[in-house]
Amino acid sequence: MSSIYRTLAGGVRRDIALTCLAVWFIGLSYGAIAVASGFPLWVPAVQSVLVLAGASEFLFIGIVGAGGSAIAAALAGLLVNARHVPYGLALPDVTGRGWRRMLGGHVMNDESVAFALAQDDLPRKRAAYWACGLGVLICWPGGAILGALAGSLIKDTSAFGLDAMFPAVLLALIVPALQDRVTFRAAVAGAVIALAAAPFLPAGLPVLLALAGVLGLIRRRAPR
Amino acid sequence: MKDTTLVVAGIMTLSAGTFAFRLAGPALRRRLAFPPWAEHLLEAAAVVMLAALVAITALTEGHGFSGLARPAGVLAGGVLAWRKAPFLVVVIGAAGTAAVLRLLGVH
Repeated sequence: MSSIYRTLAGGVRRDIALTCLAVWFIGLSYGAIAVASGFPLWVPAVQSVLVLAGASEFLFIGIVGAGGSAIAAALAGLLVNARHVPYGLALPDVTGRGWRRMLGGHVMNDESVAFALAQDDLPRKRAAYWACGLGVLICWPGGAILGALAGSLIKDTSAFGLDAMFPAVLLALIVPALQDRVTFRAAVAGAVIALAAAPFLPAGLPVLLALAGVLGLIRRRAPR
Repeated sequence: MKDTTLVVAGIMTLSAGTFAFRLAGPALRRRLAFPPWAEHLLEAAAVVMLAALVAITALTEGHGFSGLARPAGVLAGGVLAWRKAPFLVVVIGAAGTAAVLRLLGVH
């Protein structure tokens, strides 16, 4: 823990803390929505620790709360979470070895991956990944449980613009990588593909389809 | 609530499957050696997926349009980040822009 702390510059530590605070707020609304949809406290509490992937948990609560089958909801959630496979392919060395590999894998999420990608070298990537991952592991369930207890206190996060926070956090973290023109073009192509597919395909698939935006890079980078 | 046993089965399926997805990437990389250009490509692929996630979460709600306030907030945050504003300014700027627009009746 202390080596994670020392490896990271103060600015990055602050940014990670702020991101975890934003995750905590979203957790509050998640817990409140789950209880309001008729679920007992343990459902958001257990999901937030064991699944630890917000979008799929919201989807699960939404489908089952509306009377859908829990297994169908789990499969829909898995489709949303399939993006973790390419995340792990991009960052194989940050999750650790031995027993740490289990915990290091579990704390893989959009924020921890984005923070790792934004650092320059492996020690910093690893430290940022773990700091953000462990922070989210504490803040997401913490927010969800408190939100479930507080009930309808903070159900409408959009009034404070909190719904704009999550995409803005990710965008700020990938801006440095987007300075590379080739990556930028692939990212724009991927985003356009995902948006075009979003009205027609189930949640999760559009983001995976965005990987087609990378195909242009293969032609460019592969040895001839 | 709905049938508790089924909900537990659903949660277990979702958490076990998600955990397997998370372990799969690093496990594949340990078994297969990739040339440096491919490693670079995998990292770019993660950036491309995050960019798509930004676009989807900023612009859509369910299968429809999210309304103007949220993407306007995210765009403001993006411009601030591009101009190298501090992270706190980016996040507060994005949330503040969306909140103020909604206060003005733009949704």
